[in-house]
Amino acid sequence: MTEIVLEATDLVHHLGQGAGRVQALKGVSLALKGGELVLLMGPSGSGKTTLLSILGCLMTPDAGTVKVGGQAVAALDAEALAKLRRERIGFIFQSYHLFPTLNAEDNVRLALDVRGERARAAKLAAREVLATVGLGHKRKSLPRELSGGEQQRVAIARAIVGKAQVILADEPTGALDTANGQAVMALLADIAKDPARAVLVVTHDPRILPFASRVIHIEDGRIVSEESGGESMKKVSNA
Amino acid sequence: MSLQFRLASRNLFHDRLRFIATIIGIIFSIVLVTVQMGLYVGFRLMVTTMIDHAPAELWIMPVGTKCFEDPSLLDERQRFRALAVPGVAEATPLVIGYAQWRLPQGTTTPVFVVGSELRGLGLHPWNVVEGRLDDLSVPGAVAIDQTYFERLGITGVEQAAELRDRKVQVMAVTKGIRSFTTTPYVFTDVERARSFTGIAPNKASYLLVKLAPGADLWTVQQAVRANLADVEVLTAAEFASRSRSFWLFGTGAGAALFAGALLGLIVGTVIVAQTLYSSTKDHINEFATLRAIGSTSRYIYTVIIWQALLSAIVGFAGAAAIGKIVAAATAESALPVIMTPLLTVALFVLTLTMCIGSAIAAIVKVMRIDPTLVFSR
Repeated sequence: MTEIVLEATDLVHHLGQGAGRVQALKGVSLALKGGELVLLMGPSGSGKTTLLSILGCLMTPDAGTVKVGGQAVAALDAEALAKLRRERIGFIFQSYHLFPTLNAEDNVRLALDVRGERARAAKLAAREVLATVGLGHKRKSLPRELSGGEQQRVAIARAIVGKAQVILADEPTGALDTANGQAVMALLADIAKDPARAVLVVTHDPRILPFASRVIHIEDGRIVSEESGGESMKKVSNA
Repeated sequence: MSLQFRLASRNLFHDRLRFIATIIGIIFSIVLVTVQMGLYVGFRLMVTTMIDHAPAELWIMPVGTKCFEDPSLLDERQRFRALAVPGVAEATPLVIGYAQWRLPQGTTTPVFVVGSELRGLGLHPWNVVEGRLDDLSVPGAVAIDQTYFERLGITGVEQAAELRDRKVQVMAVTKGIRSFTTTPYVFTDVERARSFTGIAPNKASYLLVKLAPGADLWTVQQAVRANLADVEVLTAAEFASRSRSFWLFGTGAGAALFAGALLGLIVGTVIVAQTLYSSTKDHINEFATLRAIGSTSRYIYTVIIWQALLSAIVGFAGAAAIGKIVAAATAESALPVIMTPLLTVALFVLTLTMCIGSAIAAIVKVMRIDPTLVFSR
């Protein structure tokens, strides 16, 4: 039986101040089980990024609770939250956020270096993961020497090298062509086969629906529907 | 190589133009501090050079004497009272004063005459490179430093000139005895010095005291003080310290040197701070990514501190090289810039401190990073 690795209950959050203050999340609850690849879909301004920031422990909600691996995060200070992120959460961003002056191997190694892992072991782990994402031969390349798809694969390697329980991906295929987008999603789907890990992907891209275990739709700060990947595929096909 | 160090060095060297500007700023700043502090060290040594080279353990001087060049006089009869104190082995007079040196072509220039007994305890010229010290016993004999040959119209030993309308002959030449006042020193016998400076035969500027073997310096000093009226009795170290205090702080020269050094430090700090701050700003997304992937604050600060330290090391290397050139170029001048090993180490520590201090603005900037920046597209 798979366990819940990430759980959010009744999340409420406001953004902005004064007259510009808006309620970005209006009581959002969700849970991610190990072995799932969940897509979070919704229009711009629906609260996807705010929810991702809160689930990734980068932002504290005004109300509601978040548990990562069963641990409630509300009482944790900034450094304890950072520890939680480096040990349990992996991030993948639309614009990759690789370090332009470091090669692929060092970019991946960074995720272990911030955990204080020994350089030699971290190097070996980085090489192994780069090989897993098909970039073993490009470990010495700088980001500018890699294609968009390759850069995103380096970012995935960085997210998974520390064996994070939760992978949070923000529009991972947003800057990629179809072939590269499919390759990246195939990698994420592979990661989600591990029953100890869950992947949450924020996306607008209907082409990646076939990879989803579940699809959650969010609008105006509320979850409006939730369905399996298969059901979602059917809807899109019928439309 | 640590990844933090690699990240810091790449961040720093990535923008070469900015890096060069930073290094020039640090070099400018540290050279300015080096020159000021080197002058300070040189000045410290120069103002006490006569005291340091005198073989006296105690100096007896008129009350209120501020420095070696002070023209006050004391009664030479004090010498016999000093000699009567147990523990005093020798007490000899030293006469100093200004006089006019007439060059062979008739023009005159002021000189500073130093006269002491040629036998036994006395402030004799050192570093004699031409002639002999013994030759100063010849009537009218003087010793000068080769630095002042042109000023004094002299090209070597046995040449003649006039000092206060009395004929003198250069019988010894020294090397490196220069005055920070730029007035040449002229060494001679104590009696001749009196006649050159117009000091009465029963007067002296100082009495130099040498202790008997085994005598305790402090005990003898107290005994001489008790036995002699209207004089001050200082150890050589005390007199050197008093002279330094007068020239460095009584005249404001030291304050001016320190103010220059402080200005250099401020300029350097601002330049390095500005560079590190703008570098941090340029790499803000990377720092936000580091924060997002869970790095500690300390990890990020270490990257910034490495940047500061690297700037300090490269900047200091350049500044030290220039400092050495300046020291070599001023070595023969009246006020040389002196780079001692201790000063070099102190300047290195100062450069490190300045650069690390400069990192504060960048660290404050990083502390305020919103890690959700990573989701901006």
